[in-house]
Parts: sequence; structure tokens; C-alpha cells
Amino acid sequence: MRIELNCTVNGVARTTQVYPMARLLDVLREKLRLTGTKEGCGEGECGACSVLIDGALVNSCLLPALQAEGAKITTIEGVAAGEKLHAVQEAFLRYGGAQCGMCTPGMILAAVNLLERTPHPTEAEVRNGLAGNLCRCTGYTKIFEAVVKACES
Amino acid sequence: MQPQIGRSVPRKEGRDKVTGKATYVDDFSLDGMLYGVTIRTPVARGRIRGITFAPHIRWEEFVIVTAKDIPGHNGVALIDEEQPYLAEHVFHHAEEPVALLAHPDKHLLEEARRAVTVNVEPLPPVLKMEDASRVFKSFLVQKGDVDSVWSGADFVVEGEYSTGAQEQLYIENNGMVAVANANDGVTVWGSMQCPYYVHKALRRLFDLPDHKVRVVQLETGGGFGGKEEYPSMIAGHAALLAWKSGKPVKIMYDRAEDMVATTKRHPSVTRHRTAVSKDGRLLGMEIDFAIDGGAYMTLSPVVLSRGTIHAAGPYYCPNVRVKSRAVATNHPPHGAFRGFGAPQSIFALERHMNRVAEAVGLSPEEFRRRNFIRQGETTATGQTINEEVDLSGLMETAFRRSDYYVKRERFSKTNNETTSKKGIGFAAFMHGAGFTGSGEDYLKSMVGVEATADGRFRVLVSSTEIGQGTNTILCQIAAETLGADYDAVEIAKPDTSSAPNSGPTVASRTCMIVGKLVESAALGLKQMMAQSDARPLRAFSQYTAPPGVRWDDEKYQGDAYGAYGWAVYVAEVTVDMLTWETQVDDFVAVQEVGKVIHPVLAAGQIEGGVAQGIGFALYENVVWRDGRMANNQMTNYIMPTAADLPPIRVYFAETPYAYGPSGAKGIGELPMDGPAPAILNAVEHATGLRVDHAPLTPELLCASS
Repeated sequence: MRIELNCTVNGVARTTQVYPMARLLDVLREKLRLTGTKEGCGEGECGACSVLIDGALVNSCLLPALQAEGAKITTIEGVAAGEKLHAVQEAFLRYGGAQCGMCTPGMILAAVNLLERTPHPTEAEVRNGLAGNLCRCTGYTKIFEAVVKACES
Repeated sequence: MQPQIGRSVPRKEGRDKVTGKATYVDDFSLDGMLYGVTIRTPVARGRIRGITFAPHIRWEEFVIVTAKDIPGHNGVALIDEEQPYLAEHVFHHAEEPVALLAHPDKHLLEEARRAVTVNVEPLPPVLKMEDASRVFKSFLVQKGDVDSVWSGADFVVEGEYSTGAQEQLYIENNGMVAVANANDGVTVWGSMQCPYYVHKALRRLFDLPDHKVRVVQLETGGGFGGKEEYPSMIAGHAALLAWKSGKPVKIMYDRAEDMVATTKRHPSVTRHRTAVSKDGRLLGMEIDFAIDGGAYMTLSPVVLSRGTIHAAGPYYCPNVRVKSRAVATNHPPHGAFRGFGAPQSIFALERHMNRVAEAVGLSPEEFRRRNFIRQGETTATGQTINEEVDLSGLMETAFRRSDYYVKRERFSKTNNETTSKKGIGFAAFMHGAGFTGSGEDYLKSMVGVEATADGRFRVLVSSTEIGQGTNTILCQIAAETLGADYDAVEIAKPDTSSAPNSGPTVASRTCMIVGKLVESAALGLKQMMAQSDARPLRAFSQYTAPPGVRWDDEKYQGDAYGAYGWAVYVAEVTVDMLTWETQVDDFVAVQEVGKVIHPVLAAGQIEGGVAQGIGFALYENVVWRDGRMANNQMTNYIMPTAADLPPIRVYFAETPYAYGPSGAKGIGELPMDGPAPAILNAVEHATGLRVDHAPLTPELLCASS
């Protein structure tokens, strides 16, 4: 049996019919066609599916859709302001924070979230803040650099 | 016009990646598309007695494909064609595909998958290399007369070293979408490194002519070798379901299936016997190198080849014999993974060189200094190193950057007083770029560069962007040659219906080999443009070997690679003697890879490779149970996180290579070779404990105490 889910995604009020235990990840990708949110492991380990829910970083593969009722959700599609990239996106582009790009949406949301909580993080805070998001390409070095540069700008 | 080479321009597809717009296979859909899944064998070896479909499923709604539905040849075309797309009577490993199902609803499909039972008569599997009777391939490399050295040697040092399987663990799982019918032929879109490998495989599977098969690469979320050969299997499966149903079909693996069923790095065992004089000169090296190929040949002969050629490393030794073999077991086939056999044999070598140094009474660095290969000397295959090489210089740079001498001495003094022991160690190594021996001559890669009607340029290749920067560097190289702006050059999507075959995206060949072809095609185009105003205008370039390159496939002698990257890596570790955990505190990577085309991308290749190497050294442990990976989850197969890794400090020496684009050589695989031996050497320095297996888990270190 489906339920009606009402939530705000990237500033837009959305209503959709979903199975209550559908993964929020699938609702975003399949119902709302927001395919920027990625699936890497489906068990909350890799963070590729990270989205912001009411300001908290959440693995959307672990969240049943019904728990998103009334929530304000930000996905990677909502990070830039129109054509203008967010400072974190700009820095990832410039300093090599994205390679294959599969962890990038989740990693950028984790970085945005970190900088909202801690505008000038230490290196240890950056490492710990991003430790829930796995990247197999970069060794994280360029990602740390991008985050540091983003908060300078 | 400012130079385009040596400049860190924005990655071509970067904006799409940071905004979530990039289209990966899981983001790609067609109208009326079905989803497909694979039914697999439950045990490692046996006979198939039948397939049972439980009665509670409405099977008439499902498309079901078995081996009987295959229109052409039931074997994945690679080096041989033995590995079936779908096993029919017998099977040789767990998780071997037997049948395929498709349905429009993913959830019903998963229920149906669980309702299928493959009935088997199990047979005893071969799961240890020493029990294997079948050899897929063996090599013998000989230089001088190694049998003559033992009696006159001051020291003979022996050792045995081993490495485990390693999962590539690209963050994007494998997947393919196919459309197929007898009229139009077969088209697939998906995640892959080598579109023309998939093309060749589909032609044989469906018995179709070239032009009836089309393969298109979508944005690919990492490969590391793991998307070199297995995508042919998945493309075949999706296409078989599409052929039978008449509808588009998507097969998307989840993480558990990707880890349990697809390829991994070959486990290895290496034995060394080394003769050395009392003044620390290598007199003779006898090396026995064996890898576990798994159940089918796939790419094992070429993995073995690279591992064999790299086994004697960057040293000059007058007498060498390397004997190697890839054996058959009942594990799922092991396959391509960054480094391709070299990380295994170099791990053994660089652990062993420390042991030889100790036997002679020299420091590890002084022993290496006396034996490093120099310009004009010959390798184990008899290749004369004509390029400038200065391994001692790279080593001194690495030591200076890591404060090696001071730390080596200080840690030795202070370690006794604490349970948290520190150590520093290093490894010296090289990695050949491009296909081995005559491989590039067989490939005859072709690339094109086009001047378009709207005044822009387009690079035409089938070389894929898998995160490493293909799109960006090939456009830089074309721009530099044409005297054009980087933004005026684009790269066409790899598509076998329109892109020339520039060869597979493997073997650290994209920059050096394909890049050089882009450079020469761009040069040709420039000359054509000087004589003609017609647009579009296209120029092509095909590979020919640099002058003087010789290779004997029979004797395995000659110029194994056009050029080598050279490197010295230093690792600093802390070992907690209460928990036996090892933490890497600092990592310095110094290498010479020719001219660096794009400093940010190049450093990114090294940093990412070192991170995978640290995983290989310490964390990434494939647990086998009856021939099947037991820990096929990110929860219990542990790759390094942001919190686990040290600062990775990267330094390049740039000695231009005459036959690379603007002097560049290959880079992608090199950083995988050094971390594991450097880290285990550092652990030995910290603890005095000698472990010769990677990954060095806390349990293994504890057991060796």
C-alpha cells in the first residue's frame, strides 16, 4: 500500500505516492528523477547517497521514505544557485576533488554540511567530517585541499 | 597562446560531476526497459542437474534465458573463449552465471531471483595454488647463467612472499543497458574501460558482423582494471535478455554481487634465491612467481607477463632466471587490477632486498645504491635502458622529504621504551608503460582529430574517461599541438559506431601511447588545415613502434616496454603493540614519469594509487570460504577512509621521454607498486617482526610475534 509523501526537495514542495518503506534514495532517483544522488553500497557504508535532511547529513539508502515526511531535503542538484556553483563545487573542480565523480555528490554535501557547522575546520576536523564518505580514486588529499580552499573563498 | 601542457586546466566533464548531472549507467533509462538479474552457481565446482522455479511466482511474466538461448558462441571472447556466458552442464567456480531473468518491476524480480534454485552435484574444488594441476600460462626469462653463481657467492639469501586477493572497489558498481534484435543487431550502453573488448565479445556471442554491434561508454565511476574484462559478460547478459524479450534491458549489479562475482587482484606466491658478494653486489637472482588465475584463463597470461617482467625490479644483475606460472583453481577468475601483476612481484622483491642487505651487513639504502640499474645497463629481459635514469637521486629526494635518516636512527633508539613503536621504510621500483613487448604492434591503435564546421576541434578515440583524466589530457595535448585554446577542443564520447579503436584503457598507456597518437594526428590536421579551408576536416594517426624497439615473444627477451616510470616511496608507521594495529603516519612518493601534462591530475593519480596501495598493505583482506568471497560488503571488506590515511606527499622529477606526447610517460599503475613493501619494511623497522604477506592484518602481526 502506498502513502502520500510530502517533503521539500531543493526548495520545491513535492508530493509523491510511495511505499512507506521505500528507500529515500529510490524515491529521489526514480520518482523525482534526481539521479545525482548515487548508490555505492546500499548499506550505509560508502556515503555516495548522502543528502541533507533538515540540515543533517544522512545516508538516503538507509532512510525509509515515510521518515522524510515534512522534511527539507537538499540533494546535489540543489547545491548550486542556478548556474553559479557553490564554493565547494568550484573548489572540487579547480583542485582535483572529483575524479570518477561517483562519490562526488555525497562528498560535496558532506563538505557543505561540515562548513555550515564549522566554517574554518582544522585538518583533523576535515578528515573526521568526511570519514563517512568513501572515495576510491583520490586518496582524499585533493578533497581536503578543495575543502580548505572553499572556506578561504 | 599560453602553453597547454603542464597546466592544471579544469577537467572536461568536471562541471557535470560536481553538479550531479553526469549520466552513469544507473542514471540511464530507455522506454519500456526491463531489469535483469543473474542466477548463479551455489558452490565452487560441480555439474548442473537442473533449475527449479518455485511455483509461487508467475513465471509467465518473466523473461528467462539459459545457455540454450544463445544465438552464437557461448564463451566470452578475450584471449581464449572458454569462459561461458551461461554455464550449461558443468561449472568451475561459485557465483558462475547459469540463467538470466528480466521483468519490468525490480522488486518482483528480486523475489523471483530468490525463487530459483540451481540443482547441482558438487565436485571437490581446487582452492589452493599448490594443489592446482592445470597451468594457464608459464614464462621463463633468462639472463646470463644463474646456475654458475651459487658456489662463488659470499651470501645466498632465500625468502618466500605472498599477497592476497584485492577487490577493485570502484564506487560505481558494474552495469549495462542493452537493446538487441535480429534486424538492428545489438547496442549496449554502460560502465566500462574497453568498448572494443565488449564489441568483440558481443560479435561472437550473437554471431554478428562488426557493423551490427555498437558499444557506447557512459560516464564510468572508476575502473582500476575491474572494468576491463567483466563488462563483456554483463553486456552479453543484458543483450541476451533484450534479444529474447524484444525490449531494452538493464542489468545493474549491487555491491554484494559486484564483489562476490567479478574479478579481483590475483593472489600470489613468490620465492627468491639471491647470490650476492660481500661488497653488496647482486650476482644472481632466481625468482619463482606464481599467481592464482581462478577458474578461467581470462587475462591471467598477460597479468603474469607483467608480474614476471617486473619481478627483478630496477636493479642491475648479470644473472637472472624468472620462472612463473598462472594456475587454475576454482575461485572466480582473478583479473585486471591496477599494476597488473607488478604489485605482487615487486612486493616480494622489495621485502627481499631488505633481507639481502641485512645478510651482507649493509643498510637497505646502501645496498640498493650499489645495485640500482643505470643508463646503458640491461634489465632481466636484456633491455638496455637508454633513457636517463637516476634512482639514487630519486631515493635521496625521498629521504630528504621524509627526513628518513634522522627518523630511522631516532625510532631505533626510542622504540624500546614504548608499546607504540614507530618505523620508517621504503621501496624502490619501476613500472613499464604501455602493452608489454609486441602488444602495441598487435593493437595498432588508431586515433583521429577533427576540425569541426563550427571552428572547434574534436578528439576521436575509444579511450575511456574513468576518473583518471583521459578527456582532459587528450584535449590538452591536441590543443598544444594545434596552437588552440583548451576550451576549443572537445572529446567525442567513446562509441564503437563512430570512434576509431585507440585500444583498451589499461596498462598506463592512455597518456603515453594514445596521447602520442593524438599529438601526431593533431600535427597532421594542422598541416591539412594549412592547405585546405574545407570543414569538417579529419586527420588520423596509427601506432608504429619507436625506432630500435625489439621484442622476442618466444624467448621473452628484448625491449619489454617503451619506457618506465621510476619511483622511490617512503612510509612512516606506528604499530600499537597492544592491538597490533598499524597506522601509516606519513607517506612520501617521489617518481619520474617524464613530462607531467597536468600537475593536479597527475598528483591525483599518485595519491589515489598510494591509498589503494595502503589498503593492499594493511586493510583489504578478501576472506575466502569454500572458494567464495565471504566478506563481500563494504562493512567487512575494509578500504581506507579519510580518517585512516596519512598525508600523501607527491613529488615529480621530470625527464622528458622522446616518444611520449611532450615527453610524458605512463603514470596510472606505478603508485600501486610501492606502498605495500615500503609499509611492511617500516613495520619491520618498528617492531623487528618479519611478516612477508600482504595484507598485514593485526591478527597476522600478532601471530608472528
